[in-house]
Amino acid sequence: MAEDKKAKKTNRKRNRAFMRLAILSMLVLAIGYTIYNSVTADDVEVLKVGDKAPDFALEDMEGNRHKLSDYKGEGVFLNFWGTWCEPCVKEMPAMDRQYKEYEEQGVHILAVNIAQSDFEVQSFADRFDLSFPIAIDRSKSVMTAYNIRPLPTTVLVNPEGDIQRIVTGEMSEQDIKGFMEEIKPQ
Amino acid sequence: MGKMQCKCGHVNPPGTILCESCGRSLTEEEQNKKLADMRYEGTARRSQTYNKSIIDKIWNFFSSVKVGVSIIVILLIAAAIGTILPQAQYVNVPVRNDATIKAYYADVYGEIGKIYHFLGFHDLYSSAWFILLVGMLAISLIVASLDRFVPLYRSLKNQRVLRHPSFMNKQRIYAEGPAPEDSMQKAEEKLKDLKYKVTLDKNGLLAEKGRFSRWGPYVNHIGLIIFLFGVMLRMMPGFYVDETLWIREGETRAIPDAPGYFLENKNFTMETYTGEGEDAKFEEAIDRVGTVAKNYQTDIVLYQTPEESLPGATDELEEVEEHAIRVNQPLKFDGYAVYQMDFRQNELRAMTFDLTNKETEESLGSLTIDLVSPEKSYDLGNDTRVDLLGYYPDFSGFENGEPQTETPIPNNPGFLVRMFTPETPDGEVSFIVIQNTIEPLGENQYKLTFQNAETRDVSGLTIRKDSTLPILGLGGLIFMIGVAQGMYFNHRRFWIQKQEDGGLVLAGHTNKNWYGLKKDLDQVSEFASLPPYIDQQEEIEKQEKLEKEQKLEGDELS
Amino acid sequence: MTMAELSSNLLYVAFVAYLIATFVFGGAVRGNKEGSFKSEGRWGKVAFIVTLIGFLSHLGYFITRWAATGHAPLSNMFEFTTAFGMTLVGGFIVLYLLYKTPVLGMIVLPVALLIIAFASMFPSEVSPLIPALQTNWLAIHVSTVVIAEGILAISAGAGLVYLLKVVDMNKKSKQRFWLEAIMYSLVVVMGFVIASSYFSLTGYQADFTYVNKDGNESSITYNMPPLVGMNEYTSLTEGAMEPFFETPAIINASKITTVLWSFFVGTILYWLIRLVARRRIAAIFKPFVKNVSLQLMDEINYRAVIIGFPLFTLGALIFAMIWAQIAWSRFWGWDPKEVWALITWLFYAAYLHLRLGKGWHGEKSAWLGVVGFAIIMFNLVAVNLIIAGLHSYA
Repeated sequence: MAEDKKAKKTNRKRNRAFMRLAILSMLVLAIGYTIYNSVTADDVEVLKVGDKAPDFALEDMEGNRHKLSDYKGEGVFLNFWGTWCEPCVKEMPAMDRQYKEYEEQGVHILAVNIAQSDFEVQSFADRFDLSFPIAIDRSKSVMTAYNIRPLPTTVLVNPEGDIQRIVTGEMSEQDIKGFMEEIKPQ
Repeated sequence: MGKMQCKCGHVNPPGTILCESCGRSLTEEEQNKKLADMRYEGTARRSQTYNKSIIDKIWNFFSSVKVGVSIIVILLIAAAIGTILPQAQYVNVPVRNDATIKAYYADVYGEIGKIYHFLGFHDLYSSAWFILLVGMLAISLIVASLDRFVPLYRSLKNQRVLRHPSFMNKQRIYAEGPAPEDSMQKAEEKLKDLKYKVTLDKNGLLAEKGRFSRWGPYVNHIGLIIFLFGVMLRMMPGFYVDETLWIREGETRAIPDAPGYFLENKNFTMETYTGEGEDAKFEEAIDRVGTVAKNYQTDIVLYQTPEESLPGATDELEEVEEHAIRVNQPLKFDGYAVYQMDFRQNELRAMTFDLTNKETEESLGSLTIDLVSPEKSYDLGNDTRVDLLGYYPDFSGFENGEPQTETPIPNNPGFLVRMFTPETPDGEVSFIVIQNTIEPLGENQYKLTFQNAETRDVSGLTIRKDSTLPILGLGGLIFMIGVAQGMYFNHRRFWIQKQEDGGLVLAGHTNKNWYGLKKDLDQVSEFASLPPYIDQQEEIEKQEKLEKEQKLEGDELS
Repeated sequence: MTMAELSSNLLYVAFVAYLIATFVFGGAVRGNKEGSFKSEGRWGKVAFIVTLIGFLSHLGYFITRWAATGHAPLSNMFEFTTAFGMTLVGGFIVLYLLYKTPVLGMIVLPVALLIIAFASMFPSEVSPLIPALQTNWLAIHVSTVVIAEGILAISAGAGLVYLLKVVDMNKKSKQRFWLEAIMYSLVVVMGFVIASSYFSLTGYQADFTYVNKDGNESSITYNMPPLVGMNEYTSLTEGAMEPFFETPAIINASKITTVLWSFFVGTILYWLIRLVARRRIAAIFKPFVKNVSLQLMDEINYRAVIIGFPLFTLGALIFAMIWAQIAWSRFWGWDPKEVWALITWLFYAAYLHLRLGKGWHGEKSAWLGVVGFAIIMFNLVAVNLIIAGLHSYA
């Protein structure tokens, strides 16, 4: 009888300790995670490498419709830019040269201008004699879908339609070439 | 600490002050008190009883009221420190980054500002240690409530009607003495009238009212915990949207973080009080403080794209509704809310120029350049036209002879034009910015003179979606129910026992509002001719006062 | 008589009624030599009726002003503070009906008078509402807060009576010092009222230009002789006194000047009172509180918190959050006023836990009640006038 009671008591004690441990550790975990979140809050980006690239459809200056999903099986070099952005201006000629090289190998360039006027974009294209398609994102909806903050930002989409790489800031011709290689269909 | 067996035979859990069954005082300390300690009904707070492992120690730490109050006080002081200087989010700097904010504190507040920033007080409320404090408060809330609720619930559920005389005479309200034969029945009747729940056992009676108010504190703590849980969720990515959208009159823009939704800004209005007409009563105030804003409003159209539509394709927008977004009247749709938060007025929209002969000042006609969609060429007729070679909305200077633009916003528009007239069929090149004309290829005969400009306003809208609001609301509601339950109601009890000599013993207790308890008892006493009661707390006070006075007199005599 | 004039006349009536009632309450308490409740009750009743008339008149002010301005008169310093005076008296009336204690009126009414006088130092003309205030939430949120604060202030009043009785004024102690400090601070408020009334009646004005914290030239008008000058000031008014020293740009020297004048006049007044009475102000009240039941005061102190705390939570936190979500798109933004509302709430939460959990009754509870009132006043006065934020409307 006495032993039975004792066993019951130790059992209860163990249960109690377990309960307390469970509650406390759950709370500590929750608080730790909250603090972690608040400390890293600024670094959170909506779109990450490896995500499926959001599909979109834009019309370029010539009136051709470009739908991202149509390029499945090929690489897409998606460059967001504006005429006021100096690094954009600098990398454009290099992009154009590489475009001529890789277009046949299945890597497309689409330069997405952020809501500027036709006139500005067209005179810019004429000035640098750009041959790749340029589209204007008039309502900034593609920009919003890709969560683009600084310009230029280049999103590299691989043949599977996934984001291979997100590049912010100016690229050298060497970089561009390397990126093109990365998303070239095999 | 072992189990405590009471003289009545009942075995109480360790740490109990008053026997669960009969109410006798179990500890020596308690026995020497004039009044019984009725907090938690004299039950053992669970944590006090076990103090073995480290887990138990941590648990006991958070269970203590002292620790709970300390956390509250530290939080209170920390919160106050955060208001000494403005928080970084309210600081106005042209470019926002860590360096400029740091510089701001040093520049504006000097040495104090530097120290304040160095200690991280400029962003105090989202600092790790502040969140940790709030977290500790949450742990304390949960642990302390669990520790007290369980034994209190048990003891109130298993209340005995008959209590030991030592329990009865240690209640604040106490009466004993002879009473008529039918007193018990009449008291029962009257107490029932007063909405008391009456239980009888042998020669005793227990009347009880408002027991649920005892759960108030636990209910409000649950509310707080739910609220804090909501706050925690809110800090996780994806639980809420907070975006800013600057949208010009006439523009249609995708709403950030609201896929498939678009806004068109039809018109922005800002009104001020005029001090005339129906505002005449405000004249004096307006004279004193200057202009007072009356209304900020953006008239918008909300569009949605069909489900299968893709970003970029904006030709198939479907109108959802028209709305006037004003302060206090956000646009709401699909869990989102769009607020009027800010504005910029008078951004250039279009500019009109005259093509004039510099010598005769004769005009050959005028042209209006729409800055949103400039055209390649403006034909003025009679072999006169102006070709636009370049447009630089925010002209910032030349680089390698090429005009540069700083931003896409027309703050300082510059135009590179070639002007053709019958006199100058080959065209003259001119670069025009506000109040300045440059003639890069030599002296011209003609120039474009600025006539007037059309402007438009820009609305600063904030887009919010907050999935935690229902949780926060629920927490707040439960908290309010809890405090109302605990504070606007009280738990009143009377114990009456018939003695063998025919006299009655009565004791009364309430967790708050003794005044109300006495009023109830007065009615019962009168109706049932109960023996007169005394408030033992008052008796003690009177006693102390008397002793003090006697002591004073004694001091004066000596 | 226009609605606005009627309104301000009603406020005068209320003020005078409270003034009379204060003395009648005092007489009721003082005249009660033998300590029986009967004589206290008779004069107490008269005083209570006068208070009630004052309160109805005050309520009349509130309603007519609402009609005159077209919005709940709770939108600026004058209106809010006047309403606070009203709810303070309202809170007293409720607790008087429950506990019939004239002595509480003797303490609460002068405080209410001071608050109304303080309020009337602010511009009282009918002022228009900025867009953020144009909603029913103004009436809902602010009135709940002001009622809650009025009731919580009663807790401080009962606490003060408790302390006046229990603290020994003949022996040097921390308690004696702090109790006298409370009395002194009330006199300083009176100093503020006297100084501002004097200088506004004599029409004092001195204009200055100065360099503000962003480095721009600004101008400012002092309504009291400038003791302290703004950053790099230049005087524009001839014959105005030369400030004693200059302050850095982040400090509003005009406000500092007002504070200094209040302390200056208040301190003179304080020592005058002490010289005439030949004792500390707290000691003057001793004979009035001789017959007070400490236990009753303790219960009123606690009861007021119990009634006020849930209301305060509802008004100052919950309604506030709902409105902030509607007007400012976020329910909480750590604006100084919000933070101080939270501090007030945390303070009363600590009060309740100390009382229930640690048995802090009696004197400790009384001190806490008084400190709570100090926090409320800090949030009302200092946060509005000193710490800039979204709520500064005066």
